[in-house]
Amino acid sequence: MNGEIILTVTDLHLVFHDHDTPEIAVDDFDLTLEEGEIVGIVGESGSGKSLSALAIAGLLNRKSLKKSGRIIFDGVDLLTCDRKTLRGYQGDEISIIFQEPMTSLNPVKRIGWQVEESLRIHHPEIDKETRKKKAISMLEKVGLHDPETVYKLYPHELSGGMRQRVMIAAAMIGEPKILIADEPTTALDVTVQAQIVELLKTFNRDYGTSIIFISHDLSLVSQLCQRVMVMYQGNVVETGTAEEVFSEPRQAYTRRLIAAIPKIRL
Amino acid sequence: MRYLIKKACMMLFTLLVVSLCVFLAFSLIPGDPALRQLGTNGTPEQLEALRQQMGLKDPLPVRYGRWLLGLLRGDLGTSYVYKIPVGSMLAEKIPITLSLALISFVFMVLISVPLGIYTAKHKDGVLDHIVMVLNQVIMAVPPFFAGILITLVFGMILHLFTPGGFISYKKSVPGFIGYLIAPAFAVALPKAAMAVKLLRGSVIDEAAKDYTRTAYSRGNTTNGVLYRHVLQNALIPVITFLGMALADMVAGSIVIEQVFGIPGISRILLTSINNRDYPVVEAIIMGIAFLVIFINLLVDVIYRIVDPRIASGDE
Repeated sequence: MNGEIILTVTDLHLVFHDHDTPEIAVDDFDLTLEEGEIVGIVGESGSGKSLSALAIAGLLNRKSLKKSGRIIFDGVDLLTCDRKTLRGYQGDEISIIFQEPMTSLNPVKRIGWQVEESLRIHHPEIDKETRKKKAISMLEKVGLHDPETVYKLYPHELSGGMRQRVMIAAAMIGEPKILIADEPTTALDVTVQAQIVELLKTFNRDYGTSIIFISHDLSLVSQLCQRVMVMYQGNVVETGTAEEVFSEPRQAYTRRLIAAIPKIRL
Repeated sequence: MRYLIKKACMMLFTLLVVSLCVFLAFSLIPGDPALRQLGTNGTPEQLEALRQQMGLKDPLPVRYGRWLLGLLRGDLGTSYVYKIPVGSMLAEKIPITLSLALISFVFMVLISVPLGIYTAKHKDGVLDHIVMVLNQVIMAVPPFFAGILITLVFGMILHLFTPGGFISYKKSVPGFIGYLIAPAFAVALPKAAMAVKLLRGSVIDEAAKDYTRTAYSRGNTTNGVLYRHVLQNALIPVITFLGMALADMVAGSIVIEQVFGIPGISRILLTSINNRDYPVVEAIIMGIAFLVIFINLLVDVIYRIVDPRIASGDE
């Protein structure tokens, strides 16, 4: 962490107009992300953490959704810039992995093709062979055995944990500055969860990638993140270093959240 | 490969069952081909002699066996009425009917795929609404009626083709194809309407799936997501429909041939049914059954290329 701020989100406000009365999904969300930093966002379902993440990734395009505020990356406001500029960052500078590894990959395309996609889109100058080499070394890096074989497989031939590794490989192949991990371990079993968290740590260390880690699992967040934000009903209710938030929570909601962790201390 | 062999064996078995059904059906329905040929003037002795000669006196299994062996050797039997081999009777007609079905199929694909994609992409747009309403109307119009309308409008009023002026492929191939365009259009329209609706729905469903969000997150354009990700998935259910439609078109062509005066197999089929000329009818039905089963096999193979999940399911 050398302290240079690469992402600033201010006054992010997201309102759905699906029904007669507008529904506020995110009321007030502010975030500054430093280079090489891992920030955790915790909160219960519906607290607005995933929507904020999707907004940063530029994936909220519904007409019924009103967005306001600023998401400044690389001197550009991602909320108001044109689609072409936004696409230039997506997958190249800002990548995202999702909660549903089982369905987030295209079922009819080979793993290698999907892992290479960002390179194909953003760096067409890289030739096929180099691209393949990069994809295979990335598949190896995310801990998949026999990456040459995996390269040729289809998603349904892999387990959930393996698919999430593939998603990470595809997200990291362009060596993005920011990786958004939207509950990446929720659908996985506990041993795999720990491995995925380790993997994210490795990428953070080796590539200097800043990570926004969204989860409702406080123990994972405390293992991984230097800074934590607690969200409740569309608002950021508490923010601080992981240590501060978990040992001296100031808000009643945070205390309740921490108290809700099942304790198995032997 | 093993899958293909398995499928081919199944196909042969199905054909065998079809042949049995066809044969039994024509043996059991009332009506005596010998009587039909002689008319009411024949004496009982003549009738008996003719039955003997036509092999109608043999027991059913023997007749079935003889017919089946003939089929396997490529001998479709001899027409009761015209006393010539059925094979040579149909040889000239089959290319006509098959061409009509194929041209109809090409029309269906050319109309439905672009329109299906366009209406899905511009869902709730002006053209989408127009196409959806037209679709409902066209789906409800049977091909023979569409054929009559097309003959009236394009043939009688606009003079784009000469109604009833069929040109044989032996005389002029372009003229032959040119004449088939209007009837093929009539056959293709209702099927194309269904295919548009199916493809549109399929694309819209697929576009809502998680993997499209992943595709967007990598910097894909809308067209990139549509053509590189969504389309292949969306085509999977449509391929089944297109296969069934092609099989149906061979049968559907028979009706439209009557409307447009095309000397395909329809005329022979209808007169043969009237004359109780069973060898001809049986051969045509077996041919259609073979085509339907073969197209199904083809669809299965294409399916496995498009959807890798099916291919690994049975290994």
